[in-house]
Amino acid sequence: MNQIEGKQKIWAEYQKEIGDDNFFFVRSCIRQSFFPGSEQTFLKIMREYLGKRVIEDYRHTTCTGIGYHSDIVKLPTIETVVARHFSLMAENGCENYVPSCVTSFGIYSEILDTWEHFPDEKERIAQFLKEATGRTLATPKNLAHTSDIIYKFRNEIAAKAKFKLVNKKTGQPLKVVEHIGCHYSKMFAKRSQGGQEFPHVLVGMIEAWGGEVIDYPERRHCCGFGFRQYLVMANRGYSVANSYKKFESMEPYHPDFIVANCPGCAMFMDKWQYTIGSMEGRTFDQEGKGIPVLTYEEMAGLVLGIDPWELGMQMHQIPVETLLDKMGVDYDPDKKFLGFNDEQLPKPPEIVFQRD
Amino acid sequence: MGKYLSRLKQDLRVQEGLKACMNCGVCTAICPAAEFYKYDPRIIIETVQSDNDEEIEKLLKSDTIWYCGECMSCKTRCPRGNTVGLIISGLRQLSQELGFFVESEKGRQQFAIKRTIGQCILDLGYCVHASIVAPRLHPEQGPIWEWVYQNQESIFNKLGGNNFGKVGEGALAKHDDETMEELRNIFKVTGGIDFFNDIEKHSKRKAKEMGLGFKEEGIDNEYFTHVFTYNSNEHNK
Repeated sequence: MNQIEGKQKIWAEYQKEIGDDNFFFVRSCIRQSFFPGSEQTFLKIMREYLGKRVIEDYRHTTCTGIGYHSDIVKLPTIETVVARHFSLMAENGCENYVPSCVTSFGIYSEILDTWEHFPDEKERIAQFLKEATGRTLATPKNLAHTSDIIYKFRNEIAAKAKFKLVNKKTGQPLKVVEHIGCHYSKMFAKRSQGGQEFPHVLVGMIEAWGGEVIDYPERRHCCGFGFRQYLVMANRGYSVANSYKKFESMEPYHPDFIVANCPGCAMFMDKWQYTIGSMEGRTFDQEGKGIPVLTYEEMAGLVLGIDPWELGMQMHQIPVETLLDKMGVDYDPDKKFLGFNDEQLPKPPEIVFQRD
Repeated sequence: MGKYLSRLKQDLRVQEGLKACMNCGVCTAICPAAEFYKYDPRIIIETVQSDNDEEIEKLLKSDTIWYCGECMSCKTRCPRGNTVGLIISGLRQLSQELGFFVESEKGRQQFAIKRTIGQCILDLGYCVHASIVAPRLHPEQGPIWEWVYQNQESIFNKLGGNNFGKVGEGALAKHDDETMEELRNIFKVTGGIDFFNDIEKHSKRKAKEMGLGFKEEGIDNEYFTHVFTYNSNEHNK
């Protein structure tokens, strides 16, 4: 075995198996609330651009993961809720389970791991499920996060690209901060692409679409959600302090944008920039507007030439126009704040950050 | 084995997360909470491992167990396979079952989480739903969120599949009655409702003890506002 073959063998150990078709897709509470356009874009890319079969079942509920990690939901309760979701998957004739939420992905991973280590617990949960719902427990053949799926098909997306992650004026690759949600790879490394040491799920997309990944000191630091540390107003200093630490660390590298695979992380890094800007007048970009924070579906959607207001990028607090201009994406500013059926909605105020 | 450790060890998460700690402190080095709060995950595991009932009870009644953000960064680094975040989950559950959580400022906040996230799960089938992210409770969300919040139906129908508040597939769709019944039954059968009731019972007792107004439902009461907003500022390094 030569050196390259040896490295390929080692890297193969960091790869996860991802299904190819017939996906059972489940939405995320946070993404539905803050990035509804991203979940729709995932479905659009899968069905219309890649021709894949993706099933959604309206009977899917919250996994209760935010309640579980803020410790108001007990383990048997969340296990049984998850067991019901798996039962819905089986009822739909699917085996490839695809959650859109990283908290949920961690929950599903933890519960499958628990059932593997404690078979009696799995039996107990099957009985709870039967008693509460009349349903039968099933388990997925494959569990992959929606970012895993986009990663798997990144080259197919690149082949259909209308834009690259390249500055149209300079021809240079855009500099991208990638942020992986903690519960994607820190808990069950083998279920992530690249493991906890080399998470590659977003890097693979960025590089396939022409961008350049920034490596910065606090790259793997938590965004600061911390569940109860954000949910309770009195604790939010924890949450913003963690994001602040990341922003300060990435600032010298002049990122063009941030992309995250976790709904909470994307939302917090957007909103905390607004908070810090409002409190201190400080931003971490050179133009004083903040660094745009994207979901990976928004990044994929821009590459495919989907209209940014169809992607839902008007819901970001930090405006994305600086990035759209760099990429050369066409957009109509007058359509940014239109509602359903082009309903004219009142425009939100524009924010200008000013130092005291 | 002492009464608290024997109960903790019934929790599968504690069984998975507590192997044999050698006190190297790498969990503390990587922990975001340890950087922000007066918090040391190494001490948590040392205290639990000590099997000293008096010390564990002190921990269960303290602010300390509520500092962790459950990011699980500790899991990636422990050379012995311990996960302090999982032990914290076990400690928090026991603290709530025994009613000890109301003895600390951070512990009392469980009532606010139950009345917001917990109620949203039982009422709507979501942990988080745009309708509960009210700008008055979330000023950090900014004016764009306020715009979304005030125009929810139009915006979610435009961006999320046009089933907002209706039964069907799409963002923030309504869950049908049968689905909600199944979800609530799961909470009943697995002890989830009893756990909620425990949080309520002990919080009501504490509100009376503290002389703060308490209502059986909702968030418009003095005790909720207090636990949701009060910060003694004695927690940070």
